[in-house]
Amino acid sequence: MSANEAIATPWRRASLAAAIFALDPLGSGLLVRAGPGPARDALLAALAEALAPGKLTRLPAQIADDRLIGGLDVAATLRTGRPIAELGALSAADGGVVAVAMAERMSASVAARLCAALDSGEIALQRDGLSLRLPARIGVVALDEGLEDERTPPALVERLAFWVQLDSVGHRDIEPALFETWDFAQARLRLPGVRTPDGVIEALVGVGAQLGVDSARAPLFALRAARAIAALRGGECVEEDDITLAAALTLAPRATRLPAPEDESSQPEPEQEPEPETDDKPESEEDQTPRELEERVLEAARAAIPLGLLASLQAGIKARRRSSSEGKSGDSTLSSRRGRPLDARPGSLRNGRLSLIATLRAAAPWRRLREREAPAGDTRRIIVKPDDFRIVRYRQRRGATTVFVVDASGSSAMQRLAEAKGAIELLLADCYVRRDEVALVAFRGRGAEILLPPTRSTARARRALAGLPGGGGTPIASGLDAALVVAEQARRKGQTPLIVLMTDGRANIGRDGAPGRPQALRDALDAGRRIRIANVTAMAIDTAPAASRGAAPTREIAQAMSARYVKLPVADAALVNAAVRGALPS
Amino acid sequence: MAQPFPFSAIVGQEDMKLAFMIAAVDPSVGGVLAFGDRGTGKSTAVRALAALLPEIDVVAGCPYNCAPVATAGLCGPCKGKTPLEVAQRSAPVVDLPLGATEDRVVGALNLERALAHGEKTFEPGLLAQANRGFLYIDEANLLEDHLVDLLLDVAASGVNVVEREGLSVRHPARFVLIGSGNPEEGELRPQMLDRFGLAIDVKTPQDVPSRVEVVRRRDAFERDPEAFHRKWEGEESQLRAKIVKARERIGAIAAPDATIERATRLCLALGTDGLRGELTLLRAGRALAALEGADEVGDAELRRVAAMALSHRLRRNPLDDSGSAARVERAIHEVFGA
Repeated sequence: MSANEAIATPWRRASLAAAIFALDPLGSGLLVRAGPGPARDALLAALAEALAPGKLTRLPAQIADDRLIGGLDVAATLRTGRPIAELGALSAADGGVVAVAMAERMSASVAARLCAALDSGEIALQRDGLSLRLPARIGVVALDEGLEDERTPPALVERLAFWVQLDSVGHRDIEPALFETWDFAQARLRLPGVRTPDGVIEALVGVGAQLGVDSARAPLFALRAARAIAALRGGECVEEDDITLAAALTLAPRATRLPAPEDESSQPEPEQEPEPETDDKPESEEDQTPRELEERVLEAARAAIPLGLLASLQAGIKARRRSSSEGKSGDSTLSSRRGRPLDARPGSLRNGRLSLIATLRAAAPWRRLREREAPAGDTRRIIVKPDDFRIVRYRQRRGATTVFVVDASGSSAMQRLAEAKGAIELLLADCYVRRDEVALVAFRGRGAEILLPPTRSTARARRALAGLPGGGGTPIASGLDAALVVAEQARRKGQTPLIVLMTDGRANIGRDGAPGRPQALRDALDAGRRIRIANVTAMAIDTAPAASRGAAPTREIAQAMSARYVKLPVADAALVNAAVRGALPS
Repeated sequence: MAQPFPFSAIVGQEDMKLAFMIAAVDPSVGGVLAFGDRGTGKSTAVRALAALLPEIDVVAGCPYNCAPVATAGLCGPCKGKTPLEVAQRSAPVVDLPLGATEDRVVGALNLERALAHGEKTFEPGLLAQANRGFLYIDEANLLEDHLVDLLLDVAASGVNVVEREGLSVRHPARFVLIGSGNPEEGELRPQMLDRFGLAIDVKTPQDVPSRVEVVRRRDAFERDPEAFHRKWEGEESQLRAKIVKARERIGAIAAPDATIERATRLCLALGTDGLRGELTLLRAGRALAALEGADEVGDAELRRVAAMALSHRLRRNPLDDSGSAARVERAIHEVFGA
């Protein structure tokens, strides 16, 4: 099978990646984006087969910290009266691979532990009076079933060598394994001796640079992959096909831009600085070979960039931005660690903090009974058994605050104000169900007005909206400034703000209240940038009639805010509702 | 135990390496923030720093790493002990993982002893372990706010006060805060940004030869860590000696009035809030002079550390798209001349 055929289909790419990973898993990883299904099961089965028996451990994404890194076995400690340590899942998996299911739900702390283990090959266990460093050389398989904006923590993803997609792979696409178990045993012996000719590193780094892959980890993973492929194929030296495959499997999925030649489209990512051209650098005469090699490898890598990758990539960046602001806000539901305390309930110490009083109260009734059962010489005044443990629960209230910024100007009002009102009413009903707060900012004439500070009373919002008059100029900047003030206040109170701007984009009043379109648009863009810098999620709904082709100022403002942009050719309240619900953190 | 990648073998990233060295020489500069892309060696540098730092003398068995020579700032138990038994240990570099709970960070009631023996004892947390060393927060920008507040408070006062579960404990917690993170995933709160003494923007080297060198060294390290360490042993011990020497010298380094005035003028030109900018600038300059073997802090030192000491203290201006480093550069030109 030629190099290009070996990675022609998603299944082949995935199974080759899994094979390479299985050969050299420690300190590396495999990210599988797919829902549960036959393809994923087949891939995992092949992986388990390729690894030595017992080397694949499954972990739940929500594993508690002490199960992950180990700690004090409280039950055993109580029984024996001296500290008994308990091995965590990571040190138990030393030398093997852990597969984390539902990795998109993984908490940042679990991801941080996995990252530390991948980086250093050991874990520091410093808790409950224990202070140990235990070896934990592991490989990680992250099974990401996330649909839209749920993603495996990026710090972990960065440390996984191979990223494969199995979403489009059905059971018919599955092909038999490329290698036998025996092949792996052979290749494992061969791997340390595989030689790497000069120029390979240069070629891989060059390809990485051209694909806009900034991380130094990526070419390292590519290099390791190239050696593993050589070993699997029975070679003793890395050859061109090995490099090509390695680049296609490790570098191509990380591409942030398409390589330059004959690519007429503009740079997909405006933030990316153009790569300094390296061609004119004076280099040694033997430069020719690596450069040619680089070109050929790049060609193959380009072929392996899946269609639509860049688009999904940008969506991913946006989702990441949003999730980060939420990540800071923390859990949104019942929490066993933070928030307003609720009643104590029975539970394991793994899941929360001990409620001492409640525990003692639970143990107290049994005092006499247990004293009688206790061995002679046990002088404890009160005997606590693991069943008595009560843990504290906390409720953390962290809702969303949606700030509607409504254009009530003359240009907008006549056509669309009624429809905008309808859309907001639908959203209000939704917010009511979710117990979210809403705020209403309207702008018209010379400035903006906060019609309604954040409230949970949707009835008040509806009244304020119904009484909203239309007409006058379009001071978008003032509207956005006012919205940002409201959003920041909401955030300080622990809410997650979302700004929804509804306008036709025809700003004609500047911040100072003076008329003039160019200045007004500049001010509006500036106000939008402030929202982006404040890291407030935003979306813009363009209510300009479809007939007005050409310039779309609302789109520009949306870009300045890094907001999701929705154009409503026919303003439809239900459609607006759907769009906003998509942007709200659920 | 696994050896980390040697500090001296990190390719490029001179600013980051210098900032860490300065913090190692003079912990009072107040922490280092390394912000930048993934895979640029931030974590590597921090873990390498741990191996580079010279060992410290501690009171044997003290959970807070008390210094045996000090008289002030000892923890409660150590004050009572005479004579103090001395032990040596590596300088602590403690990881604060995201999602660490508050009781893990500040310490809490020792449950096992409380339940098994009915004794009320304090279980020291990460802050205790980090005393006289470094506290490293990866993804500091994603740390929860209540932990951030707590860290800032302890870092500023040098004392950790625990009042919980019927415990009342005060113990020394002087540490250098090292934060890293990727600004794309969330900004750091301004209050926290300002508390870091030095901030550096870590970028991937954009030239192919240094990228190749990064990969080559890392690959050599991964294939045979021991041989790699032997190769870099000389450089590492030189660097370590440099830090030790600089620590001895730093007390004797003068800061002439002219230098102080320059520092002040630079901060005025940049409009930094408060006096923390000037102080950090001077301290960092002094540490740099100590590292370089100079006798006093001069213009050259100030220029070298100005960007890392000041760039994160500027007011954000959405109309000025040029980065803060460029603005510092401009101000340096104004104040120092070309």
